[in-house]
Amino acid sequence: MNKQVAIIGAGIAGLEAASILDSMGFKVTLVEKAEHTGGHIQNWHQLFPDRRNATEVAQGIISKPLANVSTEFNREVTSIQPFAEKFIISAKDGWVFNADAVLITTGFELFDAKRKEEYGYGIYDHVITSAELETLFKKENGVTLRIGRTPSRIGLVHCVGSRDEKIGNIFCSKVCCVTAVKQAIELKELYPECEIYCLYMDLRMSGRHYEELYKQAQEEYSIQFIRGRLSEAAEDKSGKIIVKVEDTLLGRPLKMTMDMLVLMTGMVASAQTASICSSAGIQKDSDGFFKASDPHLYGNITGIPGIFLAGTCSGPKTISDTLSDARSAALAVQSYLSAEANN
Amino acid sequence: MKIEGKKLIWKEYQKEIATDDYFYARSCIRQNFFPGSEKAFTRILKDELGKNLYDSQHHTSCTGIGYHTDVVPFETTMTVVARQFSLMQEAGYSNYIASCITSFGLYTEIIETWKHFPETLEKTREYLFKATGREFSIPNNLAHASDIIYKFRNEIAAKAKFRLVDKETGCPLKVVEHIGCHYSKMFPHKGVGGAEFPYVLTGMIEAWGGEVVDYPERRHCCGFGFRQYAIQANRGFSISCSRKKFESMAPYEPDMIITNCPGCPMFLDRWQYALSEMEGQTYGKNGNGIPVFTYEEVAGLVLGYDPWDLGLQVHQVPAEPLLDKIGIPYNPENKFKGANGEDLGQPDAPNFLKFYKE
Repeated sequence: MNKQVAIIGAGIAGLEAASILDSMGFKVTLVEKAEHTGGHIQNWHQLFPDRRNATEVAQGIISKPLANVSTEFNREVTSIQPFAEKFIISAKDGWVFNADAVLITTGFELFDAKRKEEYGYGIYDHVITSAELETLFKKENGVTLRIGRTPSRIGLVHCVGSRDEKIGNIFCSKVCCVTAVKQAIELKELYPECEIYCLYMDLRMSGRHYEELYKQAQEEYSIQFIRGRLSEAAEDKSGKIIVKVEDTLLGRPLKMTMDMLVLMTGMVASAQTASICSSAGIQKDSDGFFKASDPHLYGNITGIPGIFLAGTCSGPKTISDTLSDARSAALAVQSYLSAEANN
Repeated sequence: MKIEGKKLIWKEYQKEIATDDYFYARSCIRQNFFPGSEKAFTRILKDELGKNLYDSQHHTSCTGIGYHTDVVPFETTMTVVARQFSLMQEAGYSNYIASCITSFGLYTEIIETWKHFPETLEKTREYLFKATGREFSIPNNLAHASDIIYKFRNEIAAKAKFRLVDKETGCPLKVVEHIGCHYSKMFPHKGVGGAEFPYVLTGMIEAWGGEVVDYPERRHCCGFGFRQYAIQANRGFSISCSRKKFESMAPYEPDMIITNCPGCPMFLDRWQYALSEMEGQTYGKNGNGIPVFTYEEVAGLVLGYDPWDLGLQVHQVPAEPLLDKIGIPYNPENKFKGANGEDLGQPDAPNFLKFYKE
């Protein structure tokens, strides 16, 4: 069983699948575009819904034994070409590699909040993204230092780059609602006197214990939830952010001044997706993510035998869903390579 | 405020603007509101920049106000606009300039409609031919007149006799820019700088020495919303919109407001008078208002044109404090004299807004 598997992307899906395929006896090569493994989770402070330390979870995944796994860093894969029952993988820097099977775990990218021009991200100093807020949580007094004062009012804007026809993303990113609730609680713990507002379209608390967290946010932390989409943000003379939003439950417009505005940026398909799809002949779905051959029965299998999918490269997922998906993909790879060996 | 962020957006929204040979369609209301502006535009293009500009006598209103107030059906509007394009073709031009923002937005909307619905274009051709026997071509280049002044802002700056600078301190004047909604809010890529942080007027202000004021209600409507002012019962909304903007910009102590729409300067100017009479409130210093200008008037001032030739005497908010600040000479005695020197009479002085007589 000396078959070679290439895993494109060493985020949590790639690492989890690598560890399982390694334990099955395959030779595994992780191909990572960054200079370290772990992906987005490395930047996170706490995870929903239980507020677990993200580093602890990341370490739990990264520290799994990888005896026969090699990792290629700084290799951004641009094409996967089927050739004589193998696959030729090429990276931007000219690096080329052959494998018997390929597992794509290229993950997601965060929506570029600058595209929602009306929110002023990249223009107004105190408009930040949810990912940036996590990095501020990791530093002592991070939020205070960032805005230069103890905040008295902070707004969190849901669905930035998700469920938005104007920018062409009609899909839900699945994790932002509960992330906003978690971040609102964290902010309230840091600044008990600060008013925290979540500006939402509707709250999608679909995961286990999410609803409890939402209830806790309202009852114990007095987080204000306002149903309404932000129409615009502007900066006043003191650098505070003035937001205009319609409260669609009260049916009236609101104008509020915030010390900081946090944009809950959604997931979008990674930039590599398009070039990998066209080179390998894999289908891309209408949302820009990779398309599985059968999303119900074979969610890890592409239309090209020998190329598999795991994690958020095939659509937004939570961490636990991503890890389950990676394990499932590892079994699909094993099944494919075992059948090949028997032929 | 990070200016680099704005520059990134401006890069995204650049449009092609023809360099010469223009067919010019005037506005149906601007010559009443700001009578010197279109004249200043043709003078700048022909005399200062040496451009070929065809100023047609035969075009009509685009029907924009009728269209937006549901009086004129879209099919009729498209046919009227097709006739304007037919006049352009007949005169041998393919670069169309609209003086009015409503017209510019409407032309853009119609051309986009024809692009996406070719059968509608064919219907319009049929209607125009049946009604007038005319045929038409769609312009190769459609620009608003402010796009043209923006394009040649540096050439104007090179010929400038005055800059938007305080002559005493040498500091740039603080300028509020206000873009007409139909310039880029419907089709952001058709406007220089897009809809959220438009650059068309900012570019002129920067080139002529001023500094743009970014105030919280910068994007708010001026009060010219068609259904606000056209329906008398709604006019309270119109003046409330203007008031909201003045309250928001006043703490920044702007020296002037520049606009590129027929309605914005009208309402931002006249409502300052109305608000002063209603509330005793003025938004400039020492009982003055914040003077409001069209971009052609400002270009004309920069080029050293006589303020009264530019029509500044019909502004409700007097321009004199700004002219003094820049150091632009003017003869107060000529303020209310016609082109041939006849006395036109003076209006009554407002109760609160400072008035400058001869």
